[in-house]
Amino acid sequence: MTNSIGEIPGADVLFVIGANPTEAHPIIGIKIKQAVRNGATLIVADPRKIWLTKIAKIHLPIRPGTDLALINGMANVILSEGLANEEFIKSRTEGLEEYAGVVAQWPPERAAELCDVSAEDIRGAAREYARANRGAIFYTLGITEHTCGTDNVLGLANLALLTGHVGKESSGVNPLRGQNNVQGACDVGALPDVFPGYQKVAVEENRRKFEEAWKVKLSDAPGMTLTDMFEAALEGHLRAMYVIGEDPVMSEAHAGLIREALSRLGFLVVQDIFLSETAKLADVVLPASCFAEKDGTFTNTERRVQRVRKAVEPPGEAREDWRILIEVINRLGYPADYSSPEQIWDELARLSPILAGINYGRIEQVGLQWPCPNTDHPGTRFLHAERFSRGLGKFTAVEYSPPAEPPDAEYPWLLTTGRTLYHYNAGTMTRRVSGIAAKSPDCFVEINPADLEKIGAADGRMLRVTTRRGSVEARALATRKVRRGGIWMPFHFAEAPANDLTLDAYDSVTRTAEYKVCAARVEVVEP
Amino acid sequence: MSNTVTLLINGEQIGVAGGTTILQAARLLDIDIPTLCHDDELEDRAQCRLCVVEIDGRPRLEPACATQVAEGMTVSTDSETTLAARRMTLELLLSEHPQSCPTRARGGECNLCDYADDYGIRAPAFGYGSETEDIRENSFISRNAAACILCSKCARACEQVQGVGELGFMGRGIGVTARPAVGKTLEQTECEMCGNCVVVCPTGALRATGPPGRADAKVRTTCGYCGVGCQFDLNVRAGRVVGVTTEPDNPVNGKWLCVKGRFGYEFIHHPERLTAPLIRRGDRLEPASWDEALGAVASRLAEIKAANGPDAIGFMSSSRCTNEENYLVQKLARAVIGTNNVDQCART
Ligand code: SF4
Ligand code: SF4
Ligand code: FES
Repeated sequence: MTNSIGEIPGADVLFVIGANPTEAHPIIGIKIKQAVRNGATLIVADPRKIWLTKIAKIHLPIRPGTDLALINGMANVILSEGLANEEFIKSRTEGLEEYAGVVAQWPPERAAELCDVSAEDIRGAAREYARANRGAIFYTLGITEHTCGTDNVLGLANLALLTGHVGKESSGVNPLRGQNNVQGACDVGALPDVFPGYQKVAVEENRRKFEEAWKVKLSDAPGMTLTDMFEAALEGHLRAMYVIGEDPVMSEAHAGLIREALSRLGFLVVQDIFLSETAKLADVVLPASCFAEKDGTFTNTERRVQRVRKAVEPPGEAREDWRILIEVINRLGYPADYSSPEQIWDELARLSPILAGINYGRIEQVGLQWPCPNTDHPGTRFLHAERFSRGLGKFTAVEYSPPAEPPDAEYPWLLTTGRTLYHYNAGTMTRRVSGIAAKSPDCFVEINPADLEKIGAADGRMLRVTTRRGSVEARALATRKVRRGGIWMPFHFAEAPANDLTLDAYDSVTRTAEYKVCAARVEVVEP
Repeated sequence: MSNTVTLLINGEQIGVAGGTTILQAARLLDIDIPTLCHDDELEDRAQCRLCVVEIDGRPRLEPACATQVAEGMTVSTDSETTLAARRMTLELLLSEHPQSCPTRARGGECNLCDYADDYGIRAPAFGYGSETEDIRENSFISRNAAACILCSKCARACEQVQGVGELGFMGRGIGVTARPAVGKTLEQTECEMCGNCVVVCPTGALRATGPPGRADAKVRTTCGYCGVGCQFDLNVRAGRVVGVTTEPDNPVNGKWLCVKGRFGYEFIHHPERLTAPLIRRGDRLEPASWDEALGAVASRLAEIKAANGPDAIGFMSSSRCTNEENYLVQKLARAVIGTNNVDQCART
């Protein structure tokens, strides 16, 4: 997030697109509700009638995958009605001209037709957002999990640049990070192209710095993304994988292919707390610890580094992940003699300028937000206050591109997947909490009641959802939340693995799969 | 609003911004005023009247939580009249509260009973109320109607914070209590099991289901589910996590949580947890010693590196793991194996 969670109630216009915070980030949902109670205007763009639409001034139930058409349509209104922030554009940005050229092609009527919403609502949303004093955008996977995910994100950044709603308290563009420490994992270098602190491996100076610190020669070739690793495994170039605390067989798109890729490896290690679907395929499984069993830090979606503290011992012979990793490193002949997570933190902070000022002593009570370059620095509540990381903010002319697999005669339904309030990702943890399992015991397919009637089934009937990649059975849940012609499924349930269905078409930059749109067939399962 | 107002509280002078309540001003002076229905994050309804104070020139005692300061005001928070009024308030509340407090009986905290102790009330003038059975509202929340003092905090938290609004004053006459619609338990409503009503309940009328008794230790930590990073205290007893509680003192979530953070801890001690390393022997994964398992990992990785080069090995790190652990994974990949093939499930 460019802003902080605590700044949300201070915004006066909130634009939530492709995010369902009341379920996926409930406390952020609470803050958004609070902003609306304080009188803020809420605009929601989401194909489904998510909870927040109840308190939204404008709901744009766009056709899945048409986000960028909507965004460019809004930009068109802002420019053509003279609502842009001229001063901000002049002093802080560049590249308006080319961008304006693309946006000129998107009068709200054209966007409205593609998105299947009214042009008046697009105008209304654009006006509200542009006229805000403190306008904040929130998005998550509904924006990024498309083949055009990167373009969608750039499109939202363009809107913020156009209106100057960035670099101020309660004004900014806020991706909500999904998993507890996905922010931190990226920050400390669990990415193929950067060392800790987002220092590019391809830059010689960075390599020298880490070579000196780690006393080894380092590779200058950026590594493979997960998507590429699975492809390389299928082709036989990748021979071994070490998977920690993740269940790609459940969580990655086109799961059947992932299973195949893993089975072709010469060696698979899985380190986890349960025997996950992926662990079942492993050659060695290492029993690890959950958050309550270890010390360390997590970094939340607002870049706040916070302490994790050990409350109980891991069960049986299970061990803390950091201890396991130290053992593996040592056995491979590299000396690692950390006696505590704090020592590891100190090393990584010393090597990462954005984290350099953070230490366990300073975050004993309250976490600190990076960038925090030195120990006198108070941390950073919102980003881009004076300048952008690259200097001027750059408008990027991004064009709408349609989803990779639109519905057709053979697969006429549009399938979207996502999260629910009660479960978390692959469900390995939440489905082992009896009260939660009782509340939300099984998988379901949300479908519009009119559509359900059309296919001649009653609420609760088992449906078979089939895509070009696989087939899954789940109970019908009739709800007006979903648009006609669309169906929606959560991906938490191993016995109805929605990712057997999803499409392995990827964004060219992030290599994120198009989890949000694919074509499907729906049949009633005969009892 | 920002003009400064000067007033006297118990003889001490203080200047505060206009719009401040007497309760807030008194707290700035470290003067403690008892409250039952006030919560800093909820709109005040001034229902319990336990916080009453005496203000010079006003005919009646006024609730400190809902009365704004005024220039030149002289307030007394501990005059005989106020103390007597509070005692009366407590005795009236106790007349509908069972003598053997169901919350205290379980080792929990009841603010009403605590205040009764503070005010030295041993034999309340109107006696005690009768006991009632706990009602299980859903898997996580129980309710004891007798302990409810009608402060409406739960209903306000549900409505104003959670935006759900499934709790209210229901029933008739003496039977009125804060609860879901008559004839329903929370299970049958839109309740989202956040437990935020439980947090604000001053008497434990609403409480988390689960074993009675106090925690041996409370360990402040960060939620392991979503990216919000809520802060909470794991309540530990005899080496097991038995509950989650929150304090208002953090900038992320304050005392609020969602169902996963507040009640999603049972998996920690689940019998299906992996408790020993496993090694594949043919079709089966069989238990092995750490030495054997780690030995196999190291030797196989070394072999593959020697035969196919470091880039034939890939690491999938975890957003479930700590920063320190993720750092070690990428260091293992880069410095030990010699590849940049490290990534994680960064689905935003
Ligand atoms: S648990 Fe949450 S949603 Fe349910 S009644 Fe309490 S406050 Fe309302
Ligand atoms: S308590 Fe809920 S909102 Fe808070 S971090 Fe945990 S999962 Fe997220
Ligand atoms: S706390 Fe002020 S009236 Fe209840």
